[in-house]
Amino acid sequence: MIALTDQAFDPGALLSDFCRDRTETGAVASFVGLARAELGAAAVLELEAYPGFTEGEINRIAQEAVDRFSLDDFAVVHRVGKIAPGESIVFVATAATHRRAAFEACDFLMDYLKSRAPFWKKETGPAGARWIEPKPQDHADIARWET
Amino acid sequence: MARVLLFGRLSDVAGWRAREVESPSVHALRDLLGAEDARLGEALAAPGVQIALDQAIVRGDAALSLRSEVAFLPPMSGG
Repeated sequence: MIALTDQAFDPGALLSDFCRDRTETGAVASFVGLARAELGAAAVLELEAYPGFTEGEINRIAQEAVDRFSLDDFAVVHRVGKIAPGESIVFVATAATHRRAAFEACDFLMDYLKSRAPFWKKETGPAGARWIEPKPQDHADIARWET
Repeated sequence: MARVLLFGRLSDVAGWRAREVESPSVHALRDLLGAEDARLGEALAAPGVQIALDQAIVRGDAALSLRSEVAFLPPMSGG
């Protein structure tokens, strides 16, 4: 399941839904990304997507994760629009027979989302607005999967 | 007329997000936009800017049809 939403979501409810009615999945791993206030420097985060293209690109990499880690299932929910500090930006869950695959697939999907998924992120605070681009650490993180 | 979409910092630089533009190819379109607005031209040529034609990334030039959708995509960052 892949969803973009401009509404705040409850990651706990998403995780409960994701775990429901699974009798062969031994492991579910999940990740929740939250908007940081940066000690007052970031009042609002605004996320832009390219509707259709963004979901398609996420699906392409999620199918790669399914093959690579033999996933039973995955979920990616991503906010778009204006996001206040403390709100969830992204929810990723992965289901597999055993825990290692679920953990690794979740890590893989998040590294991809940080620097390769079609989103554009603008932070606005007292000092003005700035577009956030991937940091060297984000590039190093995704490079771990490209060997 | 091709439909042109700008994302992220590119729409801030240009002051628009979507426009219809007549152009025979992706590169001709980029040159045309740069000739109209030098700051946008510079931003489109910056490292890491990718181009999607009908929602698929293209590398190099490609011909445009009447209903093509061309999106200019600056470096991406989600999560």
